[in-house]
Amino acid sequence: MSVPHALLALLSEGPKFGLRLQNEFESRTGEVWPLNVGQVYTTLQRLERDGLVETEGEADRSRKLFRITAVGTRELADWLRTPPDLVPPPRDELVIKVLVALQVPGTDVHEILQVHRRHVIEVMQRYTKVKAAAAEDDVPLALVADAELFRLEAIVRWLDAADVRLKQMPSRTAAPPADVPVEPTRTTEVSQ
Amino acid sequence: MTSALELRQVSKVYGSGPTEVHALSEVDLLVERGELVAVMGPSGSGKSTLLTIAGSLEEATSGEVLVDGIELAAVSASDRARMRRRSIGYVFQDFNLLPGLTALENATLPLELDGVPARAARVTAIEALEELGVADRADRYPDELSGGERQRVAIARAIVGERGLLLADEPTGALDSVNGEAVMRLLRTAAHGGVAGVVVTHEAQLASWADRVVFLRDGRVVDQTVAPPGPESLLAAGDRR
Repeated sequence: MSVPHALLALLSEGPKFGLRLQNEFESRTGEVWPLNVGQVYTTLQRLERDGLVETEGEADRSRKLFRITAVGTRELADWLRTPPDLVPPPRDELVIKVLVALQVPGTDVHEILQVHRRHVIEVMQRYTKVKAAAAEDDVPLALVADAELFRLEAIVRWLDAADVRLKQMPSRTAAPPADVPVEPTRTTEVSQ
Repeated sequence: MTSALELRQVSKVYGSGPTEVHALSEVDLLVERGELVAVMGPSGSGKSTLLTIAGSLEEATSGEVLVDGIELAAVSASDRARMRRRSIGYVFQDFNLLPGLTALENATLPLELDGVPARAARVTAIEALEELGVADRADRYPDELSGGERQRVAIARAIVGERGLLLADEPTGALDSVNGEAVMRLLRTAAHGGVAGVVVTHEAQLASWADRVVFLRDGRVVDQTVAPPGPESLLAAGDRR
C-alpha cells in the first residue's frame, strides 16, 4: 500500500487536516491497514518537501491544513496508471519449504502441503468473516478483503497443483548411502 | 442434543475384485444445526459420494448415517424417502430446476409431493422465495431467470418447509465470483438460521464462507480447520505491515 499516494488521493477531494486524513485512510481501506498519526505527518512532511502538497495555517502540525498541488495531482494521476511491480520476490518461503521437504528422507510432502493449505484457508475464513460482518454498501472493505482472498486462493491453488503433480510422479528409488558421493540431482519423496 | 447429520465410520466401495474402488473409507463427520461445513478435496477424493450418502441418495457399504438422530439404514425405504422429502434439501451445481414450472411451482414441488395442501404449500414457498430475495420472480420460468436468480430459487426449494439438513454440491456452478459469493452468503445465512449445511466445493474462496472446512483425500478425512478467530486478529496482523 502506498501511503503517500493514498494521502494524495484523499487530498484531491479538498484540503484536510492530518488527523482527518488518518481517519479517512483507515475507514476507506476497511480498517485492514491501520495507520498511526505519526506516520501520516511524516509522510505529509515528505510530500511537502517534494512540492506535492502545500500547507496553510499555524506551525502546530495538528492545526495545519494540507492541500494538494498541481504537481501532486499529476503525480497521483501517473501513479494510478503505473502497473505495480508484478515480478515475484526472488525467494518464496512456502515454495522453498516444499522444495526442501522433497529432499528430506521420510517426509510426507502431501502432509506438509495439507498443513499449509489448512493454515491458508483458516486465514481466508477470517477475511471472509470480516466481509460477512460488513455493511452491504461497504465497497472499499469488500475490495480490500477480495484482494487478500484472491491472493490467498492463488496459494491454495498452487498447493493443490503441487499435490497432484507429486502424486503423478513415480516414487523415488532408494536414496544412496550418505557416504557415497553423487552428482546433485533433483529427487522426490512422495508418500502415496 | 441430536446432531443434524452424523457419519460413523462410513465406507463406500464401488465394484469388486480388481475393479474395486474405495470411494470413502471410514469417514466420521458430525454436523450440527446452525453450522455450515465445507468439504474440500481434489477430484476423485470422494466429496460428492459423501454428499449423496449423507442425503440418502446412495447407500454406504458399511458404517452408519444418522439424520436428526435416525439411522437411515434402520428405517424402511418409504420412511427414507419421506425423510429425503421432509428433512433434507439439495442444491446442485446446475440448479436442477424443472424447466416447465415457474419459480414458485419449483419451490412448491417438494411440499406438494409430501402431501401438503396446495394453498399451504404455496404460502410456505412464497416465504422461502422472499427469504432468498426472488419473490418478485415467482411467476417466471427458469429460462427467464439469470444464473444467480436460478440458484436462489434452487436454494429456496431446498430450504422450503422444515428441513434440518441442507446439502449442496458445487452450488455456485458457473457463476462469477461475486454471484458465487452471494450464493454462499445465502447458504451461510440459512445455516445460521438453524439448518445444518454441508457444501462440497473445490474452491477455497467459497469454502472460506463455511464455519468449518473438512479436507478429504483418497476417500478419507485427513484434516479440518479450527474455528477462525475474530477480525481483530487481522487488524493486528495489518499493524505489523
